[in-house]
Amino acid sequence: MQMIIIHILAIASLASIACSLLGTFLMLRGVALMSDAISHAVLPGIVVMFLIVQSLESPLLIVGASLAGLATVLSTEYIIQTKRLKKDAAIGFVFPLFFSIGIILICKYAQTVHLDTDMVILGELAFCPFNRLIIFGIDYGPCALWSMGAIALLNSLFVFVCYKELAISTFDPILADILQFRPRLMHYLLMTLTSITAVGAFNIVGSIVVVTLMLAPPATAYLLTNRLLNVLLLSCIIGIASTFFGYFIAHYADVSIAGAIATANGLIFFCTFLLPFNNQYLNKI
Amino acid sequence: MIPLDFSFFTYYYSLILVATGTTILGATAGAIGVFAVLRKQSLLGDVVSHAALPGIALAFLITKNSHPITLMIGGSFAGILATGLTMLVARTTTLKMDTILGIMLSVFFGFGLVLITIIQKHSYAQQTMLNTFIFGNAATLLACDIYYMIIVALIVLGCLTLWYKELMLVTFDPSFAHTLGYSTIFFEIVMTILLIMTIVIGLQTVGVILMSAMIIAPAAAGQQWTNRLHSMIFIAAFIGGLCGTTGSIISNFCDHLPTGPTIVILLSIIVLFSFTYSYKKR
Repeated sequence: MQMIIIHILAIASLASIACSLLGTFLMLRGVALMSDAISHAVLPGIVVMFLIVQSLESPLLIVGASLAGLATVLSTEYIIQTKRLKKDAAIGFVFPLFFSIGIILICKYAQTVHLDTDMVILGELAFCPFNRLIIFGIDYGPCALWSMGAIALLNSLFVFVCYKELAISTFDPILADILQFRPRLMHYLLMTLTSITAVGAFNIVGSIVVVTLMLAPPATAYLLTNRLLNVLLLSCIIGIASTFFGYFIAHYADVSIAGAIATANGLIFFCTFLLPFNNQYLNKI
Repeated sequence: MIPLDFSFFTYYYSLILVATGTTILGATAGAIGVFAVLRKQSLLGDVVSHAALPGIALAFLITKNSHPITLMIGGSFAGILATGLTMLVARTTTLKMDTILGIMLSVFFGFGLVLITIIQKHSYAQQTMLNTFIFGNAATLLACDIYYMIIVALIVLGCLTLWYKELMLVTFDPSFAHTLGYSTIFFEIVMTILLIMTIVIGLQTVGVILMSAMIIAPAAAGQQWTNRLHSMIFIAAFIGGLCGTTGSIISNFCDHLPTGPTIVILLSIIVLFSFTYSYKKR
């Protein structure tokens, strides 16, 4: 197999793992659409940071994006807490506002620069292997491999180190508060990591397919088992399987890789849904 | 008889078109948005907006023309399919609603991307279509687009007037409606279809991501001022229409301000103002 294909598969698999790990908790906490909101709302963060540092390569862009993601979460929660709006309306109000601010900033101040909103929305997995990390003349491989690898490692560390805190704050937040397991800290850490992962995965799959990678494998796993550890591991495996499946569809049909991965995720989810022996299938029809 | 000076109309023709279109869209989306928000289905609008992409792409692939009605039918079918699948999965599994919405939204959109790359191999319409879908093209609205918007607006208005009492009942007390013999499912489907039609016709103007705001924000603002459904609908429609007009005018006269985001920012300002200064008893 060619090196390029291996790189693409590796990058996409790492993205899938990074997203599934966080996505499991997002799904179980009922804040799944926050991932959609964050992936759209980080745009103004990227733009503002770009206007400050005037460079598209700077790692500060990720910092800006994470701050914007955090700001989105904080504003949404503030609005929910004042009881002016319910949860879903609050999410659907805040992120278009942030996104619009981002677009206006791009149009007003950055229109000569190729900030490439297409890249943000669509991603382009096929180009990732060509964007290499070269330090002191030594080619270490694709940038995306390193950045996504680092993010996947970060997420794995987070889940591994904070497993108990995450579990308890997900399933019994009041108990977590009483026992001082820091549920709020867990929540904001989770949201920050979601922003970082979303930004890291933009180049790879684009902002909307990130949502698929975060939600579909955990949901499929949750149809098959309801033990947290199994859901986490199974979602990583399903995510990687969908990635491979999607990549090969894209390769042979010559279509968008990100789109094919999303479609593959959807097909696997739907097939699992139709299976008669997934133990959560409640037969209510 | 006052002699009318028609040069005003010809000079500002495109602005008048855009302003009319966005006003009608804003008012319609605001009105139907009230029902979506009250039924906690705000994000269903987001899902339908994203899910419409494969429908539009498929309609283009099959019919090979980009007539707005064709695309709208395709988009509506995809929206209906997405909504139906959402309801199916929600009723038969223990997955939470927002997870299912997130999956449908992104998977349908991803499939749409696949179709777009297929289109790209056969024609050059791909890039414009995707850009229009995501960001809208309010500035290039044609008169025929306005006619379609008027038709959709009239349908929505008609249904809301005709079935106002039933829709109100089904929204606030579905069990009671059921005991009275009304078919809850029928009216839920009516509301969902009206929502889908509005969204699909509005996608061309403001794009996917901002369509959510057009549906949710006027209703959110309306909720802050009143507890009565009919007032809420009027306020929401008024705010939606007002922001549509103002947004297009401002966007026309200021450089580098695209129409869609401007409208959303105006809507958000009004919503935030409503949060702070409304005096409704809570």
